[in-house]
Amino acid sequence: MLGLNKKDTSLLMFVVALSLFAPIILNIFPKDSGFAFFNGGYPDLMQRFAIFGIFAIGFNILFGLTGYLSFGHAAFLGVGSYAAVWMFKLLNYNILPALILSVVVAGLVSVVIGWISLRRSGIYFSILTLAFAQMMYAIAYSDLFGRWMGITLTNGETGLQIYNNDPQILLGNGPTSPHLFGLEMGARKVLSIGPWEFVFPVGYYLCAILLILSFYLSIRIFRSPFGLMLRAIKSNQTRMSYTGLNSKPYTLAAFVISGMYAGLAGGLLAAMDPLAGAERMYWTESGAVVIMTILGGVGTLIGPILGAGTIKYMENIISKMNEKLLHDWFSFLPESLEYAMVWLASWFTGEGWHMTQGVLFMLVIIFLPGGLVQGGQKLASRFRRNKADDTATNATPAE
Amino acid sequence: MTKSNLTRRGVLKSGAVAGAGVALPTIFTASSAAAYTNEPTGGTVTLGFNVPQTGPYAEEGLDELRAQELAVEHLNGMGDGGMMNTFSSKALKGNGILGKKVEFVTGDTQTKSDAARASAKSMIEKDGAIMINGGSSSGVAIAVQGLCQDAGVIFMAGLTHSNDTTGKDKKANGFRHFFNGYMSGAALAPVLAKEYGTDRRAYHLTADYTWGWTQQESVAAATEAMGWETVNNVLTPLAATDFSSYITPVLNSGADVLVLNHYGGNMVNSLTNAVQFGLRDKMVNGKQFEIVVPLYSELMAEGAGANVQGVIGSMNWNWQLTDEGTKAFVKSFGEKYGRPPSGSAHTCYVQTLLYADACERAGTFNPCGVAEALEGFEFDGMGNGPTLYRADDHQCFKDVLVMKGKDNPANKFDLLEIVEVTPRAQVEYAPDHPMFAGGDLGKCNPGA
Repeated sequence: MLGLNKKDTSLLMFVVALSLFAPIILNIFPKDSGFAFFNGGYPDLMQRFAIFGIFAIGFNILFGLTGYLSFGHAAFLGVGSYAAVWMFKLLNYNILPALILSVVVAGLVSVVIGWISLRRSGIYFSILTLAFAQMMYAIAYSDLFGRWMGITLTNGETGLQIYNNDPQILLGNGPTSPHLFGLEMGARKVLSIGPWEFVFPVGYYLCAILLILSFYLSIRIFRSPFGLMLRAIKSNQTRMSYTGLNSKPYTLAAFVISGMYAGLAGGLLAAMDPLAGAERMYWTESGAVVIMTILGGVGTLIGPILGAGTIKYMENIISKMNEKLLHDWFSFLPESLEYAMVWLASWFTGEGWHMTQGVLFMLVIIFLPGGLVQGGQKLASRFRRNKADDTATNATPAE
Repeated sequence: MTKSNLTRRGVLKSGAVAGAGVALPTIFTASSAAAYTNEPTGGTVTLGFNVPQTGPYAEEGLDELRAQELAVEHLNGMGDGGMMNTFSSKALKGNGILGKKVEFVTGDTQTKSDAARASAKSMIEKDGAIMINGGSSSGVAIAVQGLCQDAGVIFMAGLTHSNDTTGKDKKANGFRHFFNGYMSGAALAPVLAKEYGTDRRAYHLTADYTWGWTQQESVAAATEAMGWETVNNVLTPLAATDFSSYITPVLNSGADVLVLNHYGGNMVNSLTNAVQFGLRDKMVNGKQFEIVVPLYSELMAEGAGANVQGVIGSMNWNWQLTDEGTKAFVKSFGEKYGRPPSGSAHTCYVQTLLYADACERAGTFNPCGVAEALEGFEFDGMGNGPTLYRADDHQCFKDVLVMKGKDNPANKFDLLEIVEVTPRAQVEYAPDHPMFAGGDLGKCNPGA
């Protein structure tokens, strides 16, 4: 279907189902139950799942296929956000021009950065991209270009926001929050079934549709001759050049494509929440997308989406477990034991969620070098073996 | 690659899936009928405390959280009631807010606008928070204030000192109890003139972001009005940890006062560098070289240790004040946590009580009603003397403290002494003052 083979089609269908039913899957615990804390089905988090999924898919096209580890991808995300917010400020709150401009601007910036950085490979490439990203972060943070031109371009640390006195030449009587031809991103439907409550936000579904499209495009790239060329570069670039092939256009194309994915993600972030801040470009954000991709499974199709979801879930849910909550949970234990457990757990929850992330990352790297995808495959093959007792094919990574 | 296998079954299948996908968002028409965002319907009401728990301002954030927990206790009628006993408004009865028990959720701003907005959103969207309070950076405060305006909840700002929070970035749903850069300048200038004379030459080192810029502008304007000359203003990156290269040029600039528009770790490092370079022992232009830190906090003084001795700065509130409100607050905070509260803890505690009181007086949690109750509200007994929540920009006006590093601190909490309590009249300004111009409150947004 759609030019995909059977396996890829089922993978695409899996992602489609996952994204369409995320509001139900993520709010699986009844609203008033003790587990409701673990529900992640509220608009902001679901949107982040989809947006960072797109970001990681794009990153994976570069890192997973060519092996070039960019440590500055957050720069494109930030540029995309700034572009989108500027469109809101100048035109109106329609997200279509904003998203288009954010992809275009991120693409242009990635051509420049890619052109220079791709002169080197390996660690030098990583450091170059990191340097560029940090440079752009510093420029955005102090609004250097804006100050040269005597205007507010990035609004520094405060972040670029939309004010009532912005031009917004097309605004008229239109909505005053981001919308797609009148369909407001903040609108949502709430469905209550018995003790359950499910929220279906418009903004999330827009992100989900773009995620599915991005995923489909990434499958097509993976399966194309172009994708094969990128994989050849990853496996042996020296040999490629000895056969007389100039690999630079291919790597540059991959770099720009993944930069545009990042730009789209940045534009979507601004479309869901019309603000762009410089810290979106900070190197830790670039590191986060690397971690997402590796956690999910580098070079696999679905891995980056799973990785992005895992990280964002931990960042937003585990970081909110405070000591009061822990005391509630462990209150069934004798008092001394309760305090011991809370003390132990507080290392990994609340402000300690980075610790949980680090431990999980280490475990995955050590035991599942192929990421969560490999874990899933191991699990699946074990089940299959139990059922059939034989014919257990050795699971190969999905590329 | 371009393998086309259009079968009847395949087309039907994909068509059905696509149709279901398109229909899904539209088939549910049950819409919430609440009058405003997160209208509390049960027996409880949830407040959201959004403070930095990691990053450079984590210390301040944890102290804010302590104060907020204390405020919730007092609102629910536990503990000794703290400032509720000294507060001039008697609407709060210790039975929660409007009879509903107060609960709270917490989030980590990480001192990043994005993270702060994400955690504020999760508190609003998931936990049903009706008000967001806290924060320890102007950038974050402005970002979260904008979010609360859009979402339709009240934002009670924590520690934010930039003029912009209630200036060009002010919002109808946002309220600030803390003082600002302009007030610091207005309060400091007379004291500086008295202590150091009126013919000083000042050299500014300024953190390169909104708070640094507005505070530098304010302090420079106020001191210039006293006759000082501003020799130079150098912007330093927020991430800087070593300021040696910024200090050396000061020695050759002919300046005899160094103004450090730095906060948190920046201030600790730059002040330490300046003292290590022997600036404070220098005589320039026949005068003793002096250092000024316009915005002080206890936690910073703790970090800088002996280096703060004799250095002048300003504060919103200090635990050493002797009015009834301060005494009650310091007592209940000290009994619970074994330490005196910091200025940021005080402002968050007061903001929480002020919000609860406004709900009681308005008789509703509706942000528009609460905002109306807060606008133009005059109160006393919260540690700052008679205070006004001005309706024009949602900024509190109250006395400002000018502080000085103690020469012989008795213990690690006793680092600063109060030099002067600058009366409110001296730090007031018109709502359309040029340093605050360009903003627009807009209309209160109840959401939903």
